Amino acid sequence: MSEHAAQIDRHYTTTGIDSRKLGLWVLIGSESLFFGSLIATYMVYRGQSTVGPFPHGPDGLLDIPLTSVSTFVLLMSSLAMVLALHAVQVSNRRGAITWLLATALLGAGFLGFQAYEFTHFWHEGLTLDRNLFGASFFILTGFHGAHVAVGVVWLLILMTEAWRHRLPASRALSVEIAGLYWHFVDVVWIVIFTLIYLIE
Amino acid sequence: MARCAGRSLGALSIGLSALVAACGAERHPQTTLDPASDIARDIAGLQAMIFWWILGVLVVVTAVLVYVLFRFRQRPGAPPPRRIHGNNTLEILWTLGPAVIVALILVPTVRTIFRSYQEAPEGAVRVEAIGHQWWWEFRYPDLGVVTANQIHVPVGRPVHLSLSSADVLHNFWAPRLAGKRYTYPRLPGPGGERENFNVLLFTVEEPGAYSGQCAEFCGTSHAHMRFRVVAMGERAFDDWVADMGGGGPPAAEEDPGGIEPEDDGGASATATAQDTVARIPSDAQVEQGRALFAARPCVACHAVQGVSQGALGPSLTRFGDRWSIGAGALANTQENLEAWIEDPGAIKPEAKMPGARVAGGGMPPTNLTDEEVAAIAAYLLSLK
Amino acid sequence: MATIEASVPSGAHAPSHPKTGLWSWITTVDHKRVGILYGATALFFLLVGGLEALLMRIQLSRPENDFLSPDLYNQLFTMHGTTMVFLVGMPMAVAFFNYIVPLQIGARDVAFPRLNALSYWIFLFGGLFMNASFLFGAAPNNGWFGYAPLTGTAYSPGLNMDFWGLGLQILGVASIMGGVNFITTIINMRAPGMTYFRMPVFTHLALVTSFLIVTALPVLAVALFYLTFDRFWGTQFYVTAAGGNPYLWQHLFWIFGHPEVYILILPAFGIISDVIPTFSRKPLFGYALIVFSGILIGFIGWGVWAHHMFSTGLGPIADAFFSVSTFIIAIPTGVKIFNWLATMWGGSIRFEVPMLFAAGTIAMFLMGGVTGILLGSPPVDLQVGDTYFVVAHFHYVLFGGLVLGIFSGFYYWWPKFFGYKLGHGLGLLNFWLFIIGMNMTFMPMHFVGLLGMPRRVFTYPAELNLATYNLVETVGGFITALAVLVFLLNVLRSRGGERAGPNPWGGFSLEWATTSPPAEYNFSAIPIVRSREPLWDAEEGILAVTTGEPPEPIHLPNPTFWPLLTAACITATFALFMTNLWWPPLVGFALTLLMAINWAFEPSGH
Repeated sequence: MSEHAAQIDRHYTTTGIDSRKLGLWVLIGSESLFFGSLIATYMVYRGQSTVGPFPHGPDGLLDIPLTSVSTFVLLMSSLAMVLALHAVQVSNRRGAITWLLATALLGAGFLGFQAYEFTHFWHEGLTLDRNLFGASFFILTGFHGAHVAVGVVWLLILMTEAWRHRLPASRALSVEIAGLYWHFVDVVWIVIFTLIYLIE
Repeated sequence: MARCAGRSLGALSIGLSALVAACGAERHPQTTLDPASDIARDIAGLQAMIFWWILGVLVVVTAVLVYVLFRFRQRPGAPPPRRIHGNNTLEILWTLGPAVIVALILVPTVRTIFRSYQEAPEGAVRVEAIGHQWWWEFRYPDLGVVTANQIHVPVGRPVHLSLSSADVLHNFWAPRLAGKRYTYPRLPGPGGERENFNVLLFTVEEPGAYSGQCAEFCGTSHAHMRFRVVAMGERAFDDWVADMGGGGPPAAEEDPGGIEPEDDGGASATATAQDTVARIPSDAQVEQGRALFAARPCVACHAVQGVSQGALGPSLTRFGDRWSIGAGALANTQENLEAWIEDPGAIKPEAKMPGARVAGGGMPPTNLTDEEVAAIAAYLLSLK
Repeated sequence: MATIEASVPSGAHAPSHPKTGLWSWITTVDHKRVGILYGATALFFLLVGGLEALLMRIQLSRPENDFLSPDLYNQLFTMHGTTMVFLVGMPMAVAFFNYIVPLQIGARDVAFPRLNALSYWIFLFGGLFMNASFLFGAAPNNGWFGYAPLTGTAYSPGLNMDFWGLGLQILGVASIMGGVNFITTIINMRAPGMTYFRMPVFTHLALVTSFLIVTALPVLAVALFYLTFDRFWGTQFYVTAAGGNPYLWQHLFWIFGHPEVYILILPAFGIISDVIPTFSRKPLFGYALIVFSGILIGFIGWGVWAHHMFSTGLGPIADAFFSVSTFIIAIPTGVKIFNWLATMWGGSIRFEVPMLFAAGTIAMFLMGGVTGILLGSPPVDLQVGDTYFVVAHFHYVLFGGLVLGIFSGFYYWWPKFFGYKLGHGLGLLNFWLFIIGMNMTFMPMHFVGLLGMPRRVFTYPAELNLATYNLVETVGGFITALAVLVFLLNVLRSRGGERAGPNPWGGFSLEWATTSPPAEYNFSAIPIVRSREPLWDAEEGILAVTTGEPPEPIHLPNPTFWPLLTAACITATFALFMTNLWWPPLVGFALTLLMAINWAFEPSGH
């Protein structure tokens, strides 16, 4: 081959990082702006609702103890995700199935807590159209929940792949990328929990 | 070639700006280049200063472009160009150069910014301008005057104009008197009304009528949301306030020396030549119109000092003195006013006022006959 | 659709996917074809937006004219702006990114070819959805910037702003996907030896633009979600009676909106940064400065947004801050011009049509740029803001800068796309008609604004004495339209012209190391890059490697219809908001997920 021709492997990338992983990082950057805008709006409208129910105060709707539990559940799901990735990387099929399922279940559990919280707020009179708190809270946490839901579906698909012996160590990248997404969604929740629930 | 375009552009802009400066406000009543107030003058001065800097940049850079295109065009037999990749000194210089120009422009800019946010001094005339779709409500809270689409102010005294909106965003702009600022709807605070208004502060230097209009797209008839600021002598202003039913100082007695004539640029004169030739309403017609106005749904929306309190639509107090109908939609004549009352929506689409046989603004048609319409118009025009 | 005859070797190692027929276009994942689809569609929307402008100009040619009703005029000016920004400006740039960037970095395709196709189909369906509003007589009518609370149901009860909000959401999804694709491509798929500082400036600015896209569009998406939730499900983000602050929309919109204008202009800067060295036969002067100033513009561009809000009463501190940042950003923007001039200085300039357009871009952008300085001073903006002065400013930078730059790109890369050059004579006519028409239309607007005519008015009173200016502007509009027709004529007349070789202009970057048009696989073998101007340094050697029979089997992704189907589902998901029920969009979302899953499990041919 002449001095100008390159010997290129089919999986060659300039940085050495798989393009799908890089692409997901870029997407995470983009999503950060998305959630950042939602969170910033919540902060700007904090205290501006003309009518209740309100988040904090004597009749405040936010239940910190309960949400702490759901946050813990979500955090544990991230741990399960890490374990799932490791299982795939060392070709532990049973472990992969177990931990992928666990992650999905914990994520679904978190969604269950969200569903409970939403319906509870609804019964207390906080609807989407009630006041600025309702609008900004439900939109922010609703979009976050939708992201979790997409993640759960993704994980269940991966788990099914593992079940069908189609997730060997050579395909660990697929799990790593799902993990990146999952951890991002978790981090967003930490920010939401801190700014919306914990800080009055 | 591109050089011709560049050269003619430069000449054109210089020529035209000279031309424009020569045409004052008579030709262009809303020009920004013929300021009639203190702040408008400040802004025009800053504008001119920046203009010369950017004109300089434009001319120099365009000239270089034209020169380069001409001088370095491909010539047969010329050697291939030297492959220069850059020159640090040059690049630093032409980064610093614009930075210096920009800094020079920034200093007077910041100064004028703060001047445009000054507090109102003692003795300023306070006016509230409230934008509606598509008319201007004006209130003088200290003087108890309410009017629409036309304000009167005294020459030489600061005017503190606070801006708010009854519905969507509007933008109050009287180019010869001040810059423009948005009107925002008042926000409710958690504990009651919270102020959310912008302010324009200006002192008019010469008597006259100054034209302005809404400068923020606000819906279908945004283009027909004009107003007039009439600046007059102090005495004339006090007289006007009194005539409008306001609680300002009573109109002064005749002063033997130096009576200030009602000099307001002719804004008080509503009759056009055409109108004086047309029907002149009789007293009987005016009386009939007065009675009709008071009895019909007109009063639900329109206030007339001493007659009605309606606040949904423009106040019609001293309507005969207004420069226009419908915030600039039509000249204020008998014929036009009849057409307006007949069908406002035909003249100003989606105007929120019903016509004689057309519903509007959520209200059913008024069902006025032609004779009744003429009478009401005559009555309104008689209010001076 | 033009059939592309490729004079391409098709031996044993060349992949063979069907190259003609509608199905091959519907299922294509080839970046070159996707680029052509983007370009053709954007050109179509240019005609639509141009027609809207002409109708507006006819209405404004006389004071108090009644050619158009106010409502129709308001629909036209809204759609003109929305179309030109979202359906022409951005997609045109993406068309060029698609075709040229992989070639310039020595890649065979973008990082995610199927995602690329998806972005195109979403763009097409979104554009059609938004324009379908005309069929309902309810085209969006509250400006391309849609200020609340006017856009809420209280003041805009019709379907118009529903189409607007949902349509833009659809388009935003396409843009973000494209941005992710190009960032990954440029970072990760460069040929060996192609360091960042050896990439052509076009690709650099494509990278900056893509970063701006993926960060700015989400902010708009949030603003639009608030609007659509307000309109459909009664939230009160922009309802003042409930505490909703109109400022929220303005800030969110302009935080998106200012980076957006850099998204629009940087690709044009990139194009002429490649064209000028080629036709001056000299390398770009101060490559590093141009690259860094592009990156700096990207960053500082996030800190200037409130200069679109100087008359909203932000207060003196905010006004001063944003004025300073606006003036600062003028510096990296301006120095580019000096670098381009210095590139030409001492060069040997050939006045081919691409070079003319590039010179025109500089001259017209300069004009727009200097009026930007005036607008950047808040007190001056209090007078000239929201008037025709602003309209003049942004048309000079967008028409003069973006459109002329795009046309430079058309004439420059046309032989690469289609194998023959566009005609020179008609190209000259095209160029001069643009220059004359655009200056006739937009130069008087400076004066019209200074003399008191605000924007977005369907008519103006005779007493302002601006009728002559307006008439001249209208005539200019028709001349501009003629220029576009001349371009189309040139396109039609040039077909079947003289065959172009790999490098008809003597360019320096890697796209000129392929046949014209390139083979489906771009390069027979990927070259090793050793300099910033590879074709000026080793043209013979590189061409021998990159054209001709591929020495090894080349695998390319298979064509697929999943992108089109998925795009249809995404469009439907948003469109179904208009049923005012909560479950149809969810069904659409579920279908979209289903499509995505099917797609994920399809063999990609890698």
